Amino acid sequence: MHAKFIIPTFAPLNFINYKTKQRFMNNYETVFILTPVLSDAQMKEAVEKFTNLLKAEGAEIVNEENWGLRKLAYPIDKKTTGFYQLVEFKANPETIATLEVNFRRDERVIRFLTFRQDKYAAEYAAKRRHLKSSKETVKEN
Amino acid sequence: MAAAQSEIRYLTPPSVDVKKKKYCRFKKNGIRYIDYKDPEFLKKFLNEQGKILPRRITGTSLKFQRRIAQAVKRARHLALLPFVTDLMK
Repeated sequence: MHAKFIIPTFAPLNFINYKTKQRFMNNYETVFILTPVLSDAQMKEAVEKFTNLLKAEGAEIVNEENWGLRKLAYPIDKKTTGFYQLVEFKANPETIATLEVNFRRDERVIRFLTFRQDKYAAEYAAKRRHLKSSKETVKEN
Repeated sequence: MAAAQSEIRYLTPPSVDVKKKKYCRFKKNGIRYIDYKDPEFLKKFLNEQGKILPRRITGTSLKFQRRIAQAVKRARHLALLPFVTDLMK
């Protein structure tokens, strides 16, 4: 594909740091909803499939959150509940396209949203992670 | 008699409410990012049918009104908030 056909984003797509020779990485977060017909093990396996896919694409997974079975605000595909999963990761912009294609192809995923964190969102996400980790330590104690 | 006529009497006392200045709660509290994953917070900016309230009512600044709208729309896509409903609260 020629460079002029690439959809412009805020970060330059082909930016390479000439000192470290590393590709530009963005912070992303993705939330996807899996069908409630899956068992717990099946659900975990589906989540693993996507995290492994991300890792295979060279993404670095920062945080994973399983919100469990939640009620949907409106029915999707005649289903009123779904398993919510949040994954935060650092990746190249090209990774998102492959991830989303895989979301569309997988019948277990009923809805997904991928979101590039800007600096304020990244700040908020870091704070949220910190809060979560501090909460977990409190629970353990 | 003349004094009584000059005095205007109202059936209901005229409401002399002091105009409360509206303010943007994000600017005031230093919130810089509105999270779409928190539907309970976003519900403060919706009416009972799940519509986004205008700036005129909430007093939010334009910058944050745009961000609220974006966050609400993302939350709706993820079925965290309804597109249409009755009696949400």
